Amino acid sequence: MTDTSTGQQAQILRVSTHPTTVVAVTVVLLLAAVYVVGGKDSGLVTQSIVTGVLLGGVYALVSIGLTLIFGVLGVVNFAQGSMLTMSMYIVYALVAGPGIPVYVATLLAIPVMFMFGMFVQQFLLNRLTSTGSHEGPLLVTLGLQLLIANVLLMIFSGRPKSVGTPFDGSFDMFGAIASYSRVIAFVGAVLVGIALTLVLRRTSLGLSIRAVAANAQGAALVGVNVRRVYALTFGIGAASVAVAGGLMTPFTSLTPSVGEQFTILAFVIVVLGGLGSVLGATIGGLIIGLVQTVGALYLPGTGSLILVFAVFVVVLFLRPQGLYGAK
Amino acid sequence: MTETSVSSPPAHELPAADDPRLKDTWARRQLIVLVVGVAVLACLPLVLGEQGESVAIRTLIFAIMAVGWNLMSGFGGMFSFGHAAFFGIGAYTGAYLLVDHGISPWISMIVAAVLSAAVGVTIAYLCLRYKLAGSYFALATFAFAQMFLLIVQNLDVLNKTEGFNVEILPSDSWSMLQFQQGSPLYFWIPLAILAVAVLISILYVRSRAGQYAQAVRDDEVAASSLGIDTMRARLIAVALSCGITAVAGVYYTQYYFFVGPEQAFGSAVSVEAIIPAVIGGIGTIWGPVIGAAVVGPLSELVATVLRNPPGFLSFLQGTSGLDVAVYATLLIIIVIVMPKGIFGTIRDRWRS
Repeated sequence: MTDTSTGQQAQILRVSTHPTTVVAVTVVLLLAAVYVVGGKDSGLVTQSIVTGVLLGGVYALVSIGLTLIFGVLGVVNFAQGSMLTMSMYIVYALVAGPGIPVYVATLLAIPVMFMFGMFVQQFLLNRLTSTGSHEGPLLVTLGLQLLIANVLLMIFSGRPKSVGTPFDGSFDMFGAIASYSRVIAFVGAVLVGIALTLVLRRTSLGLSIRAVAANAQGAALVGVNVRRVYALTFGIGAASVAVAGGLMTPFTSLTPSVGEQFTILAFVIVVLGGLGSVLGATIGGLIIGLVQTVGALYLPGTGSLILVFAVFVVVLFLRPQGLYGAK
Repeated sequence: MTETSVSSPPAHELPAADDPRLKDTWARRQLIVLVVGVAVLACLPLVLGEQGESVAIRTLIFAIMAVGWNLMSGFGGMFSFGHAAFFGIGAYTGAYLLVDHGISPWISMIVAAVLSAAVGVTIAYLCLRYKLAGSYFALATFAFAQMFLLIVQNLDVLNKTEGFNVEILPSDSWSMLQFQQGSPLYFWIPLAILAVAVLISILYVRSRAGQYAQAVRDDEVAASSLGIDTMRARLIAVALSCGITAVAGVYYTQYYFFVGPEQAFGSAVSVEAIIPAVIGGIGTIWGPVIGAAVVGPLSELVATVLRNPPGFLSFLQGTSGLDVAVYATLLIIIVIVMPKGIFGTIRDRWRS
């Protein structure tokens, strides 16, 4: 592979050990500080760290889709959260209707969401992205977000729905309780993250995606079908959301607006990690998951989300390019 | 020196300074439209019933927000997805000053406008400092609005999630902006505010500051190379935009006698500022007003249809969410098919 030899390297591939070390050390030090001087029971702290990491894995998966779409298309997909809700309801419908097991239903939701993503890009966004407008795609995805949420409201009503999990129960992990469904979600997220990275680095499709991300015009000149890559990228972004949605369904109470907070969380994570960086989105997801759960020890309720935004503001002003972004 | 004087055309070929063709009548024409429009709309409460009037008032509040949003996002080119922040500052300033300190909403309008402009300028400055443009800027403003929502929900001073109830006075009071239920004044006051907001837009667009802001929007590098202070030009647009939006917020609290975190800072509020402007036409004087006139009554219309649906739509009876689904669809179609909005597209047709 000659992928790292070109000067105009795709942002997606930007891998550097330096920020990772810094981030890892900072996170470990901060967590140690919470243990030592946080004034909370250490069992509680361990519990929230475990929950945070498990949660962070799923956040990372939603954010990877967002960052991929941004890196390649230059579009911030405002409907990312609603697409998450949509895939949850697809899974719900498959479980509640024909009685398909939840994780099989997730596998079935992936191609559906992939097709949906391709459709959105082909028929709604292509004309706008090719003219290079920033606002057009943003507004279309905003409209899409409202449309998805309200069509779901019309079909399923606003009453919360839930899907049982085949693997009920929990086990002990470093002295904390971890439920099976959350651990499965985390492992699934990690596997999909690795699979995506491999696709991006090792396949010709990945090469074309990275080429378009680096320079769409140049890629078109050497024979890459840019429109096709755009549609496929949006499809992959939607598919990764489908995985996240399916894996989260067993421990989430479904309402048509349940995914909305993920749009902004994913955006915060993507900014934190650096727009367009898959690695950044993964690390960012873990950090935000930790901030939310460990912060909840001190600020209960919605208070811990304030901390998430505090992180966002600090990043925006101190390191606007994010942890792994290009300056 | 002599060469230039020779090459310039003789004086008698230039049109005279008072030639009517050289006069810029744009601002005057807009003002005439404004006066006529306000005069016509002012008659509305006389023909509308109480139900119709409440829809019209909500539409006016939308319109004020959209006009405010348009100053920053349309003429200034800085897309805000978080105008709920500024609307909310207005709504909460009004509520807090009135409920806790008994201060007249008229004073609150000024305080809220100044406060909101200051907050808006701070946020915009922090974002623009690093050249956060396009969608990045939009989502940063969205994040700030969400942050305000969370902060308000967690602050004891602002009653957390319970919000404020405005006490209903026993008699009419101009200073407290309270009248008999269904009084046409409840319509005329936001109409006057909207007229002032449109007037500010007209004057601003033709002012030096407004021209600078539009130049920066169209080409930042070119504008700054001509000596325009790009940051300053943009921040003026932001300040005006946030100020106007805050006044809409103060009036909102006053009219509904209640404000809570979701009504003030919820993301739906930001959407309500964006959609009329986009549907009507971004970066035009009349687009936001026309867009609000289209979107405002829409949910009422949909609700009426749903109450008594025609046969082929009967499956929709009793569902909620259709109104938003309809205007979301409208938004997507307009952005793809008529990127200049209803007013912008018609105007371009007319000119050509």
